Amino acid sequence: MDFDLNESQALLQDSIRKSLTAKYGFENRKAYMASETGWSREMWAQYAELGLLGLPFSEEDGGFGGGPEETMLVAEQMGRHITLEPWFSTVVLGGGFLRHGADAALRGELVPAIAAGEALISLAQVERQSRYDLFDVTTTAKKDGEGYAITGRKGMVLHGDTADWFVVSARVSGGQRDKGGIGLFLVSAKTPGVDVRGFRLVDGGRAAEVDFTNARAHAVLGDAEGGLPILDRVVDEAIAALAAEAIGAMEVVHNMTLDYLKTRQQFGKVIGTFQALQHRAADMLVALEQSRSMAYFATMAAQGSDAVERRKNMHAVKAQIGRSQRFVGQQSIQLHGGIAMTMEYGAGHYFKRLTVNEAMFGDTDHHLRALADAGGLVQAA
Amino acid sequence: MELRFTDAEVAFREEVRAFLAAELPDATRQHLISGKSPTKEMVVEWQRKLNKKGWAAPEWPAEYGGPGWSPAQKYIFREELQMWPAPMPLGFNINMCGPVIIQFGTKEQKERFLPRMLNLDDWWCQGFSEPGAGSDLAGLKTKAVLENGEWVINGQKTWTTLAQHADWIFVLARTDPNAKKQEGISFFLVDMKTPGITVRPIITIEGGHEVNEVFFDDVKVPANLLVGEVNKGWDCGKFLLGNERFGQARVGASRERIRRLKAIAKETMDGGRPLIEDPEFRRQVTEMEVELKALEMSVMRVIANETKRAGTGKPDPTTSVLKIKGTEIQQGVSELLMKAAGPYAWVDGDPDAEGTNEWDVAPDWAFGLAGIYFNWRKQSIYGGSNEIQRNIMAKAFLGL
Repeated sequence: MDFDLNESQALLQDSIRKSLTAKYGFENRKAYMASETGWSREMWAQYAELGLLGLPFSEEDGGFGGGPEETMLVAEQMGRHITLEPWFSTVVLGGGFLRHGADAALRGELVPAIAAGEALISLAQVERQSRYDLFDVTTTAKKDGEGYAITGRKGMVLHGDTADWFVVSARVSGGQRDKGGIGLFLVSAKTPGVDVRGFRLVDGGRAAEVDFTNARAHAVLGDAEGGLPILDRVVDEAIAALAAEAIGAMEVVHNMTLDYLKTRQQFGKVIGTFQALQHRAADMLVALEQSRSMAYFATMAAQGSDAVERRKNMHAVKAQIGRSQRFVGQQSIQLHGGIAMTMEYGAGHYFKRLTVNEAMFGDTDHHLRALADAGGLVQAA
Repeated sequence: MELRFTDAEVAFREEVRAFLAAELPDATRQHLISGKSPTKEMVVEWQRKLNKKGWAAPEWPAEYGGPGWSPAQKYIFREELQMWPAPMPLGFNINMCGPVIIQFGTKEQKERFLPRMLNLDDWWCQGFSEPGAGSDLAGLKTKAVLENGEWVINGQKTWTTLAQHADWIFVLARTDPNAKKQEGISFFLVDMKTPGITVRPIITIEGGHEVNEVFFDDVKVPANLLVGEVNKGWDCGKFLLGNERFGQARVGASRERIRRLKAIAKETMDGGRPLIEDPEFRRQVTEMEVELKALEMSVMRVIANETKRAGTGKPDPTTSVLKIKGTEIQQGVSELLMKAAGPYAWVDGDPDAEGTNEWDVAPDWAFGLAGIYFNWRKQSIYGGSNEIQRNIMAKAFLGL
């Protein structure tokens, strides 16, 4: 057990930090958000140059062999600047599917393009009725000669409007909520039968509603009827990245709040001298530090090979950080007062990002209930 | 960064478990599982076994008898003891006074006291709080005056835990009445057998005798039993309290209690089904487990950080996080345990007393759970109340 960064991890952190500090200020972000794609192609090219896009892939596949600890570092920095680029969609989710579900030939085809910043992937998983259940799938995949044809509607496809590829969860057999019979299919955005309607999210990100109508899959990831374990595994890793992202965002907004408490004057003194506000800020720190601990745990637990244990641990991560991030986000607005209600001030943007992050792949209530139903973390004596 | 236990650390955990299985008397273990505090004899016997093994003081430097463990090993050791459960190394000796002597004491003080602390030849207690100095500890009034080369102490201490067992007491006393309040305090080591010391029990709301008042009436203390410099005792006190907070996380103890809680909730019926199947109850337990998991990692981070801070003499302000969360969880779990007992929680009696359920008026497992709940309300008050912890964080860490 070692919490210190090694030399290459420190270098990695430093290089992202420098790059984002220079090019991801409040005004930069606003401009990226207002651009045609809703994020910055220039920054994407820079991430490729820094090696972030190929980071988690093995060197044989054309990546840099980074592990979960490295992903954690990147995610935290992305959270600190609430970046808009499809790093999470393409590298964490898309990359996860390639690492855990693709054969060497497919990895050889896609990984170098991802690492170079030339291919973008989005996960098409959510359906109107599915809420947070990964196995609740009505989209179908029908055998069509050698391949599969996908039909169905997917919602909240993150960065779906700029994706080159979709990983689509679709049902080959079984009923809507059966855990078997689900496959993961790689579908090109250019394939006939793919209709994409993009929109902006409350946190400034982008997503799309995607209709698949007899769209031919380019490849199957893993077993065509046994895709759920891969989806579970990739989502568990993604939850660890979301946890680290939340830590970055929480820390920034907490610091922003502290700065404000130290400068804003009312009743003839800085408001940070009032004990009610000091205690609230201390409680935010407790929440942040507990969450940071949980983000370390997430990175550790996401590597677990026992799927049941791993999922239980990720429930705990989402539940703990979820509650903490809501508290820190809400209190950062409250302690600032009116100024943080304005679009022109940073805190609200962090709050919105934290709010969306909390609900991604299941909100606090969902995960707390799921963990309780699964028997919790501690065995009875 | 390497976020997993190494093979060597996993093997160490097994070694600790094997030692517990071989050396801890089962009667002691069963006594602790029932929720009772260990007796003096149990603590002494166990401490001596740990000392023989070289494990009596996990956090001490090797030159003073510590085992020279890594942060992860220290963590694993504490967790395994608490989960077994076994008595912990006596906190007053090992985590409070010992580290102060190591950090601030003279060579003579170290040689005289540290080996006896390790072997529990001396049982120490803490003379800090006073009737008028609780959260505002620096407002203490107990005086020490130098007369003919000896310090003469007069005053009253209170909330002195297990003073009835103690051979020695470490005392904060005012040595300069004219200085600013933090700057006129010194740290003394006092033999409890010295004439002029009187110990009077305080019975707490659950009926137990754990804490005491200690009166000092012209108590003479040799000059070589002042630790550090005259009027610099506040530094020793702050250092000690920082270490104390760290010990208050008690992650393994809470895990052991949750295991017990779940076992009880499987047996207890509620609405015609086991209590554990009630979604609302289960959710409350799960919330505790989730926060406990985060606390476990927080403790590991603080331990790792402490190794780096070793020798700076300054406590890590994030230890306040451990104190707040650790006590909230312990209190929360004690409340759930009492709730699980339902009406059978109502039988009055000191949870530590032997044989108090001899008339079989409640299930054995339920006996004393309310007492523990009442007793544990102290946790968010002692060691610097949780509100004082927030003040500390605001000042020392947040710069407010």
